[in-house]
Amino acid sequence: MFYKLMLFLKLIFREFKAQKLRMSLTILAITWGTISITLLMAFSVGLEKQMMKATAGLGKGIVIVWSGQTTKVYQGLPPGRKIWFRPEDIDLIRERIPDIDLVSGEYLRWDVTIEYGKKQIDKLVSGVYPEFKELRSHYAQMGGRFINQIDYEQKKRVIYLGTRVKEELFGDQDAIGEIITLNGIPFTVIGVMVEKLQDSNYHGPDKDYTVIPASTFVLMFGDPYLDNLVYSVKEGVKTKDVEKQMFALFGGKYRFDPEDSHCLWFWDVAEQAEITAKVFLGIKIFMWFIGGMTLLIAGVGVANIMYVAIRERTKEIGTKIALGARKSHIVFQFMIEALAIAFVGGALGILFSVLVCRIFWMLPMEGELELLSRPTVNWPVALITVATLSAIGFLAGFFPARKAASINPVEALRYE
Amino acid sequence: MNDNGTLIKLQDITKKYISGKVSVMALKGITLEIKRGELVAVIGPSGSGKSTLMNIIGCLDTPTSGSYHLDNESVAEFGIHQLAGVRNQKIGFIFQNFNLLAYATAYENVELPLIFAGKPTAYRKEKIMDCLAQVGLADRAEHKPTELSGGEMQRVAIARALANDPDIILADEPTGNLDSQSGGEIIKLFERLNAEGRSVVTITHDMGIARRWNRIVKIKDGLIESDVVIGGKK
Repeated sequence: MFYKLMLFLKLIFREFKAQKLRMSLTILAITWGTISITLLMAFSVGLEKQMMKATAGLGKGIVIVWSGQTTKVYQGLPPGRKIWFRPEDIDLIRERIPDIDLVSGEYLRWDVTIEYGKKQIDKLVSGVYPEFKELRSHYAQMGGRFINQIDYEQKKRVIYLGTRVKEELFGDQDAIGEIITLNGIPFTVIGVMVEKLQDSNYHGPDKDYTVIPASTFVLMFGDPYLDNLVYSVKEGVKTKDVEKQMFALFGGKYRFDPEDSHCLWFWDVAEQAEITAKVFLGIKIFMWFIGGMTLLIAGVGVANIMYVAIRERTKEIGTKIALGARKSHIVFQFMIEALAIAFVGGALGILFSVLVCRIFWMLPMEGELELLSRPTVNWPVALITVATLSAIGFLAGFFPARKAASINPVEALRYE
Repeated sequence: MNDNGTLIKLQDITKKYISGKVSVMALKGITLEIKRGELVAVIGPSGSGKSTLMNIIGCLDTPTSGSYHLDNESVAEFGIHQLAGVRNQKIGFIFQNFNLLAYATAYENVELPLIFAGKPTAYRKEKIMDCLAQVGLADRAEHKPTELSGGEMQRVAIARALANDPDIILADEPTGNLDSQSGGEIIKLFERLNAEGRSVVTITHDMGIARRWNRIVKIKDGLIESDVVIGGKK
């Protein structure tokens, strides 16, 4: 049995050599189809991941709140009163709105002179609470850390740097443990931000500013009011409900009408992420549609080549039958041929797609291009593509071959 | 020539072709017996049914009615695998236009029926070279059909037909596409094969050839018009 199989493989291999051009074209069709679909989906997956990451760069599911001013008369008070958040509001929120998971206030001071050795730059300094780390995805590079509870409680003069600030001050040199000055006051660098994708911001990208403990900030600059609040809600809680609670809480404390929407300004990042996700779903459906169409076109191409090939070889099939070939010999040969073509074409297609993805990962891409820099091969899609094209090629080869092997050999021999 | 029994026995063979609404009776009742070792020329005008008869004898086509016994076995009883075996082992078919695989060498073409028979490598090698030597083409084994003349191609086809030592060689106008010299060589080859004991049945238009053979079957309008045995051997 094995020996006979080897004999047939020999025969098939011989015909492979004879049909190099046709084989190559069929393989090319499958390879091309696989590449088109695999890369299309790879970029789609990569883009989605990068967009999610970019959204998460600002903070995953966070809400940023700014205080505004009243526009309505309330409890005898006139409109036009400015509302200010105070540091104690943080504890008030923690106490009164249990639906909130993490909360931090943020003090901001622009154009603070930062010096290291002979280098001097003016940057934004932000004073925050330790919760800010999780809220705003501020993860430190190896060897460093973000502001922690002890820094806050002990009002330590420690500073965490955005990547660009670190580069401007230190270049390639290690910054951790170095002493820099902020308006002449020495601070120890405790961490440098991990490079991150960030698609939105409210006071410039995170890589461009520096962070110190809120307590140290107050001590240094004496700001009595917070510039804004940042919070996240607990799992399953709707941010809109929490907004209402915030209006109620601060309306009570600062005496404004909870219906006066100008008193508090919310930027709901979670809501925005939801919209982005919906837009992306649309893009994805479109990509799948295009992918499906491409698959169909590639399939028709493969089917056409296989079908024509077998029609052309009908006379040859007749000759083989006259020489004593069994029906199974003929059908088996075309089956092996179709499978081999599909395997080689599919493997080449996947290999090439993986290679293209790798190259994109290695390319230095900045700005919006960065969103395209992480194409990821979606293996189920790649394998389904190869399987579908193989199946189409197989069926387009199998049925005519079976028919050719079943017809009267005299008719097959007469076929021109 | 050996004469040791009937090899082919046809009884009232008819063949009707239906093409759309038109039906054509290609064979109208052929009864024919061919013994082992005979050298038979089948002659007749175009469309007389010669090729149909050859195809039925070669198990490439089935009769509409009548019985066909090959080596005392009823062909109608054979299943598809048995039929493939018969074509492979008992019959060596030679076509007017050679039907060689264009991409394969002479060696590989002759190898084909041996592969279908599942013969081992060493045996195949020896047999192929033996068959090619018999037709005088041992030195052209590695040539492809495009590198061979018409006569050489037909000789490769004959070597291929000989590969499995068939009981009978059937040739459908084997010299039809050849010049007279090449055709003459092919005919001599058939005569030699017959002299070595093989049965040969050939369709030919060449009466000169036919006259030299020991039996001439003339077909006309799907019937045997005459069946002449020279030397009274029928």
